[in-house]
Amino acid sequence: MVEKFDAIVVGAGPSGNAATYTLAKAGMNVLQLERGEYPGAKNVQGGIMYAAELEKIIPDFRDDCPTERHIIEQRIWLLGDDSYIGTNYRSDAFNTDAPNRYTIIRANIDKWFSERIRKAGALQICETTVTELLRDASGKVYGVKTDRVGGEIHADVVVMADGVNALLAKRAGLHQELAPQNVALAVKEILFIDPDLIQQRFGLKDEEGVVIEIMGKVTKGMVGTAFLYTNKESLTIGIGCLVSDFKQAGVAPYKLLEDLKNHPVIKPLIEGAEMKEYAAHMIPEGGYNAVPQLTGDGWLAVGDAAHFNNAAHREGSNLAMASGRMAAETIIELKRAGRPMTAANLAAYRRKLDDSFVMKDLKKYRDLPDIMHANKQFFGAYPDLLNGAAHNLFTVDSVDKLTKEKEIMRSFVKKRSFFGLMGDAIKLARAFR
Amino acid sequence: MHIVVCIKQVPDSTQIRIHPVTNTIMRQGVPAIINPYDLFSLEEALRIKDKTGARVTMLTMGPPMAEAALRKALSFGADQAVLLTDRKFAGSDTLATSYALSAAIRKLGEEEPVDMVFCGKQTVDGDTAQVGPGIATRLGLRQLTYISSVVDLDLAKREITVQRRSEGGVQVLKTALPVMITMLEGTNTIRFGTMDDLFRAARTEIRVWSKDDCVEDETKVGLKGSPTVVSKVFVPKPRAEKAKFIEAEGGEPAGVAAAAVETIFAAQPKLAAGLLARAAAGA
Amino acid sequence: MSEAAPSKPQGRRFQLPEHLKAYKGVWVIVEQERGAAHSVSWELVGEARKLADKLGVEVGAVVLGAAGPDLERICGESFGYGADVVYKVTHPVLADYRTDPYARVMTDVVNTFKPEIVLLGATTLGRDLAGAIATTLATGLTADCTELDIYAENRSLAATRPTFGGTLLCTIQTLAYRPQMATVRPRVMAMPDRDETRTGQVIEVTPDLAEEDFVTKVLSFIPDSERNEAQLAFADIIVAAGKGLQKAENMSLVWDLARVLGAEVGVSRPLVQAGWVGNDRQVGQTGKTVRPTLYIAAGISGAIQHRVGMEKSDLILAINTDPNAPIFDFAHHGIVGDALKILPALTDAFSRKLSVNRLAS
Ligand SMILES: Cc1cc2nc3c(=O)[nH]c(=O)nc-3n(C[C@H](O)[C@H](O)[C@H](O)COP(=O)(O)OP(=O)(O)OC[C@H]3O[C@@H](n4cnc5c(N)ncnc54)[C@H](O)[C@@H]3O)c2cc1C
Ligand SMILES: Cc1cc2nc3c(=O)[nH]c(=O)nc-3n(C[C@H](O)[C@H](O)[C@H](O)COP(=O)(O)OP(=O)(O)OC[C@H]3O[C@@H](n4cnc5c(N)ncnc54)[C@H](O)[C@@H]3O)c2cc1C
Ligand SMILES: Nc1ncnc2c1ncn2[C@@H]1O[C@H](COP(=O)(O)O)[C@@H](O)[C@H]1O
Repeated sequence: MVEKFDAIVVGAGPSGNAATYTLAKAGMNVLQLERGEYPGAKNVQGGIMYAAELEKIIPDFRDDCPTERHIIEQRIWLLGDDSYIGTNYRSDAFNTDAPNRYTIIRANIDKWFSERIRKAGALQICETTVTELLRDASGKVYGVKTDRVGGEIHADVVVMADGVNALLAKRAGLHQELAPQNVALAVKEILFIDPDLIQQRFGLKDEEGVVIEIMGKVTKGMVGTAFLYTNKESLTIGIGCLVSDFKQAGVAPYKLLEDLKNHPVIKPLIEGAEMKEYAAHMIPEGGYNAVPQLTGDGWLAVGDAAHFNNAAHREGSNLAMASGRMAAETIIELKRAGRPMTAANLAAYRRKLDDSFVMKDLKKYRDLPDIMHANKQFFGAYPDLLNGAAHNLFTVDSVDKLTKEKEIMRSFVKKRSFFGLMGDAIKLARAFR
Repeated sequence: MHIVVCIKQVPDSTQIRIHPVTNTIMRQGVPAIINPYDLFSLEEALRIKDKTGARVTMLTMGPPMAEAALRKALSFGADQAVLLTDRKFAGSDTLATSYALSAAIRKLGEEEPVDMVFCGKQTVDGDTAQVGPGIATRLGLRQLTYISSVVDLDLAKREITVQRRSEGGVQVLKTALPVMITMLEGTNTIRFGTMDDLFRAARTEIRVWSKDDCVEDETKVGLKGSPTVVSKVFVPKPRAEKAKFIEAEGGEPAGVAAAAVETIFAAQPKLAAGLLARAAAGA
Repeated sequence: MSEAAPSKPQGRRFQLPEHLKAYKGVWVIVEQERGAAHSVSWELVGEARKLADKLGVEVGAVVLGAAGPDLERICGESFGYGADVVYKVTHPVLADYRTDPYARVMTDVVNTFKPEIVLLGATTLGRDLAGAIATTLATGLTADCTELDIYAENRSLAATRPTFGGTLLCTIQTLAYRPQMATVRPRVMAMPDRDETRTGQVIEVTPDLAEEDFVTKVLSFIPDSERNEAQLAFADIIVAAGKGLQKAENMSLVWDLARVLGAEVGVSRPLVQAGWVGNDRQVGQTGKTVRPTLYIAAGISGAIQHRVGMEKSDLILAINTDPNAPIFDFAHHGIVGDALKILPALTDAFSRKLSVNRLAS
């Protein structure tokens, strides 16, 4: 006999977990399917988790959630060939009982979240891949098919939380292929290191943590960023660039990471660490303009599958959790009102998103991806210019400061015309406005 | 027919690392898996279930997280699962482990007599191959280790015929139930459970037993019940020197190979003499 | 395997009780099947000799089987390799190895003669028997040891063995129970020299057994020679191949070299899993332990699970394209290069060397 559920959630990443948990808490009969051997087995995340969204779903998450360190300092570095220029912000005010940001190891979080989900009463099945959506003649989704014998399962609604590739929606013709300029490929490693060394090198105590966001020469002129995060007993280091740029430049991603690790500014920070885990994963970075269709008869898309990612602030998991929660709330409201899961009724989900930070933020940065893509000087010329300028300014060599400033200005204009500089400033200002 | 399959949850030994600074074993983040050898035995038990309709009970002793191993085993098609867990069991060596497990099997037998117990050939963490024989000895089961195939199972006569790997050949053995079997690796491949199996696994309540549920003599479990004492744990010493690289001018394979042959002959004159003698004899 | 720290928890006994102090002597259970002793038994007699000399006690060899000339010969060999006393246990029921009668008899013999240490080969027979008798004797058993020694301060056996797939070693002791039992893999200990002139005391034991008491019957025995099984464990030269060979067809390069050298072919696990060769050729933790004079490893990375099976080889020559491959950390000689090119070149170089000499001689 074919099993039937109120809802099926495909995927056990942050978006699927948020949806499943919310549905189960509301007493819905929900099934979550995950292809990994266990939740988190296949998932990749750099490792910053934002508390606000998780707190909305699980208010007492801090009681047992296996976070690594709470962040008290943010650095943004622009790397030159052998230097960096950047900003730091550090504040003791981040040392509160309810910190806002944590470094995490994603596999641990997923496992923890899943346990909470099972306790909330959802049925969870792993090592099972959903291969297709079941649709009737009208196109309405009424369930899924898995790779198991007897794998047909029915539900009133299917929540697609299957991540950036969104294969299910694509296979069903609901979503289009991702354009290479709308996805980044990121590689990262977890490096094991003596916690004392972390405390020393980053000036930390107890569970305090630092994040370093990195731009500059390390992406070899491609549109991309890198990062270095402090965990309890490890460091996470990674770098990602647009797939279209990788294709064009013919650079191997792991080589980029190797070069980053060997950069004279980075190397001393990771000295003595041992590689524990290497992973590569895609990030949807097309922004607002790349958001696909979000609902249809009997289905919703959430998280990375819906392209909810704020590349400018490296936020993904919080948008994923927010969208998962809102999808669940929509389903719960319809169910309670006894209304069917039609495209028209499910459209309430889109309205919730529009009213929330998810769509508002994506809209705000809607032009950023295009600007970055069309203006590679942000990733090549500027890092050099800024680092050169700083070097010039901070070298005490009996040249008067006014002359130095003039030299710096001249070097900028030489590399990029005065109007070019002005134009860049305006473009950026607009994108971030 | 009632079959009990003993499985152990072990850290994936390919992913264990030694901490570069403290020189201790790093288990953090190392995934826990079902001991790979146990899967050969489990699959054999499931095949017997397919043929005879036997009931398959999974049993493990370990920390509460070992429940995951049982649930996974259920998803292959086993019927029920028992987790034996108690802080008093911690530190058990093979003698104590086999005592606790046989106590649990005895209790399972009170519910439904046990005809066969399957164990893995060995574990990849303990790696002793002693727990299976320990259970057989304590429960008076006929012991069939290193089985490469179950040739025949006659339920009416309660007889079983198996092929057993021994040194230099294969023994064909015939005996009567009840038996304890350990299967050889490579004898079969664990199945991919059906959707129904997965639903059942996800919904089955795992029975959790503590020491008080089955063990009579608590001095026989845990550290107290373990005659062996681990007096030292250490990282193998790396060989002092690395390999000497054999090179030849131009780096042509032929040159390198010739140099390698000379190196080998110089380093192992006895071996060289043997080879030459063999060649001279026209072999 | 207990994983406890060496701290001393309460309620555990670490002192040898008075009545167990009477246990004396180091024993080896000689593994005898179909008229021949397994060489691991002689390796162990050699090792037992060293331990017994440190303790100042005798080496006992226990030989079980049906009476006959083969058994007599094996008793003689036991002395030759270093035993002082041979316990000759004969009965028709013991003709072929079966757990039940062997375990029953061995338990009785140990309880009667009280040895302090009992060693067995970590073979299918040794592990089967050891696990059973350690349980009835309720004593400690340490499996698969790679090193045996005596702790001078308390005269106890210190048995060192790999754990966690070879990533760690641990030393294990049985302090408050007797006998102390251990199994050791074939080819881990060196083969002792044999002194044909050595003799000693034979103690004959005739157990009270009846065939009807034993349910398990041996129907037949299919020797490996009829099954074309590889004899890796005893090969003097092994040419081994790993995933670096890339394609099953390329295995012919390995066989070619093996033929010229009269060598056996071994492989790493992925090749067995890929079905290129049978699992009787796998070297390593879950395969065979080998100890040849020459081990040529082509396209093998040298993972710890492979390493533990072959690192005791006298001379290891590794061929790998990656100069940083772990195998170069423990191979004696290395060639950085493509095995697909080096192997034929080696075949060529060896044939030339060997045929030149043949002409000269
Ligand atoms: C290198 C890197 C660094 C990042 N850093 C951060 C960061 O610091 N902070 C942050 O907030 N975000 C970060 N992100 C983004 C964040 O990881 C994602 O936005 C988030 O994981 C999206 O969640 P999700 O649930 O939508 O998708 P996923 O986490 O990708 O989960 C999808 C799940 O669905 C499963 N699945 C897929 N297909 C099927 C199928 N057919 N059947 C069954 N199961 C299926 C997958 O196995 C997976 O478990 C980072 C991403 C990367 C790659
Ligand atoms: C529980 C358990 C037990 C195991 N037991 C065993 C065991 O008993 N035995 C065993 O072997 N493994 C065992 N393994 C597997 C082991 O961990 C390794 O995966 C395995 O040994 C790797 O085999 P490999 O060296 O052939 O392959 P790889 O690790 O893939 O190495 C291939 C090597 O070939 C080199 N190479 C590539 N191309 C060429 C070329 N053209 N010429 C020369 N070199 C080339 C590469 O640089 C590389 O070093 C076990 C694993 C587990 C988990
Ligand atoms: N803690 C345990 N729980 C259940 N079964 C076990 C346990 N330890 C060992 N076994 C069984 O005994 C076999 C041999 O284990 P070992 O003696 O540790 O090599 C394993 O493959 C299991 O089948």
